[in-house]
Amino acid sequence: MRILAAALIGSVTATAAMAAPAPAFKSRTIELPADAAVFPDGPNVKVMTQNCLACHSADMVLDQPLLPRATWAAEVTKMRNVYKAPVSDADAALIVDYLAATHSPP
Amino acid sequence: MSAPSRRALLAQAGSMLALASTSSLAATGPDFAFPGGNGARPLAKDFPQKGSMVLQRSRPPLLETPFTDFDSGVFTPNEKFFVRWHWAPPSDVDTASFRLKVHGQVERELSLSLSELAQFQRVEIAAVNQCSGNSRGFFEPRVPGAQWGNGGMGNARWTGVRLSDVLDKAGVKSGAVAARFSGLDQPTVSEGPWFRKSLNIDRARQPEVIIATAMNGKPLPMLNGYPIRLVVPGWYSTYWIKALNDVELLDAPDDNYWMKTAYLIPDTPHADIKPGQAGVTMVPINRMVPRSFITNLGAGAKLKARSSAALRGLAMGGDCGVAKVEVSADGGQTWSDAKLGRDEGPYSFRQWMTKIRMPDAGTAMLAVRCTNTKGEVQPDKANWNPSGFMRNVVERLSVTVI
Repeated sequence: MRILAAALIGSVTATAAMAAPAPAFKSRTIELPADAAVFPDGPNVKVMTQNCLACHSADMVLDQPLLPRATWAAEVTKMRNVYKAPVSDADAALIVDYLAATHSPP
Repeated sequence: MSAPSRRALLAQAGSMLALASTSSLAATGPDFAFPGGNGARPLAKDFPQKGSMVLQRSRPPLLETPFTDFDSGVFTPNEKFFVRWHWAPPSDVDTASFRLKVHGQVERELSLSLSELAQFQRVEIAAVNQCSGNSRGFFEPRVPGAQWGNGGMGNARWTGVRLSDVLDKAGVKSGAVAARFSGLDQPTVSEGPWFRKSLNIDRARQPEVIIATAMNGKPLPMLNGYPIRLVVPGWYSTYWIKALNDVELLDAPDDNYWMKTAYLIPDTPHADIKPGQAGVTMVPINRMVPRSFITNLGAGAKLKARSSAALRGLAMGGDCGVAKVEVSADGGQTWSDAKLGRDEGPYSFRQWMTKIRMPDAGTAMLAVRCTNTKGEVQPDKANWNPSGFMRNVVERLSVTVI
């Protein structure tokens, strides 16, 4: 068996320690669990489900603090412009309405 | 208004049952008591190769280490290590066909198999991996983003090969100014921005930057970057590209979205600005800063009046070692030194322990603060920036004294 040279880096001493040998790599496949959350009822909830869940689960939205409408509008714009979410202008407006109605400060 | 019909009630019950079945694996988890609320999270036990984790987001997965797990030692078990993906993680890794490509401003392009990568000298380093936005949920005013508690961090013994050795094999051309890294994950929408991060060439060549093939002596879990990931000790996790398969040497600074627009911090002390403050220079986030935590007690713990209470926890220096950890039982008016545990290297968590005198019955505000070997101490006042990055305020914990 080949003894692998080892070096401890970031140590102030010159002590060399054995680095663990390279692991045997095996091909792997994983399956992720189903989404744990759904969008609660609210205006345009169907539009939320149809658009937003293509890329991320509902808890990404539901776990956010209550945000003002303008902040939600900016988030929806980021999803469209930066992450290229294929959301129409009409649906984007409906999504902001849902978020402002269900997840904004009173 | 008439009473709901039997049919409507049955439909409602049916939808509740459906809900219950989709979330049956999610148990009640912590409530982080974020300012303004909405800090309760379930626990998830059904992610591959992971134990019970705080579920921040199912898809793409965002899993937080339950804070009580940090009390078991300085190294975070692989199955408890936090998980954060921007795009869907790879679901398959074929280790026979996997290649790490090194290209761009190099003398020789490389396409390394995993067994070829194993031929480089193996090195090992203990290092904390912490999300840039760890503890974001505590920002006030709140900011959008992953609403982490304090468990978006972990410490492991990483084994692998030096990035600089791989770069030397490729022969970096003199015109290279940065190395850009990307992994197997791809945008869900084809035009979306691939997750790519860069280090300037001097940082990339530092000997502690490694390509890790193992974590705590075992293969990396798929959700932590199997088969290999970049490890950038002392810097935030955003640079630690998972399932690393591409290194590109650039002849100009990287202007991709993830470097130029995302993950920017104000170029101010503690990355701290006022909400709405204008005229701030923004720079890519980089080095970590000192933090410390009490791990053996939770909020509301009951301790005996005028007793000597045992405290224990973890500290990190950021991009250097821990010089000192102090604790307070009076909210930070008076401090005493804690004893430091075994030194696992400057980039590791360091355990600390001490005993502290409890006051008369009532409420006591415990506090802990770390000073790193550069002399930086955790600030008393929390920082604020619009992305919720780099929180390292002195942690306080209210306990009941009886």
